[in-house]
Amino acid sequence: MHVSPQISSAMQSPEIVEEVETNEALDLPWQVVVHNDPVNLMTYVTMVFQRVFGYPKEKAEIHMLEVHRNGRSVLWSGVRERAELFVQQLHGYLLLATIERSN
Amino acid sequence: MEVFRNNGTLEITELDPFLAELLRQIPISANPDAVPAAEQRIYSAPAEPNEKEFCAEWKIYVEPELRRLFQTATETVASDLEQLREKGKLVANGKLSIPREHADAWLNALNQARLAIAAKYEFSEAELCDHYRSPIGSRRDLSLFQVNFYGFLQEFILRELNCEGPALPNG
Repeated sequence: MHVSPQISSAMQSPEIVEEVETNEALDLPWQVVVHNDPVNLMTYVTMVFQRVFGYPKEKAEIHMLEVHRNGRSVLWSGVRERAELFVQQLHGYLLLATIERSN
Repeated sequence: MEVFRNNGTLEITELDPFLAELLRQIPISANPDAVPAAEQRIYSAPAEPNEKEFCAEWKIYVEPELRRLFQTATETVASDLEQLREKGKLVANGKLSIPREHADAWLNALNQARLAIAAKYEFSEAELCDHYRSPIGSRRDLSLFQVNFYGFLQEFILRELNCEGPALPNG
């Protein structure tokens, strides 16, 4: 049976998309955690959350207060590669940040 | 001392020799080399110790990048601070202009210095919140004052970065 190139391409595409989704699903349980630090200013921490995660000021302040009151806050959850990049950016701003596996 | 914004530049005027010297100390104070506690804080672990492979790779690939980033920030600040000197001597009632594009470098260098000093002297949270401690009777008191003075400058820079309104002196 002859299959035209267009049909062949259409048949292969869903398989590739499915594979990517499966890989991402397996790599999902990672989170970016920021820990309390008595030295960093609250306004500075809020600004960093806005810049790194693109959060609006209100959301950034909620996370900042969670760090201040509870000692830590989960800022982001998702695939490991992005979580590592976020932690790297947060360290560039001198925040105490770690990557952790979600429970 | 007066701090205000002037045509996209952050200006600090009427700096007395004591505060000028504290500013001049920013790059030196930011250097954690001689203080293991400061080094440990500035280059903190990116994960729990059981993530050995990730932590080892971080040391090799990410930490050198962070060192470069922090060094660039302190070099920018050191270059701006040259305004406080004339023929190698500190200027009385000096004036310092910080270009707006240097604001991030200043925030970073001030943060490095604050973290390094706080780690060196192991300041408690209560001490760090005590902004009116006086008189300065020891090296420790002076260092606490230094941390709070740098914090004040950070607050000012942050406010100016967020400010869209007209320039106003902040005293």
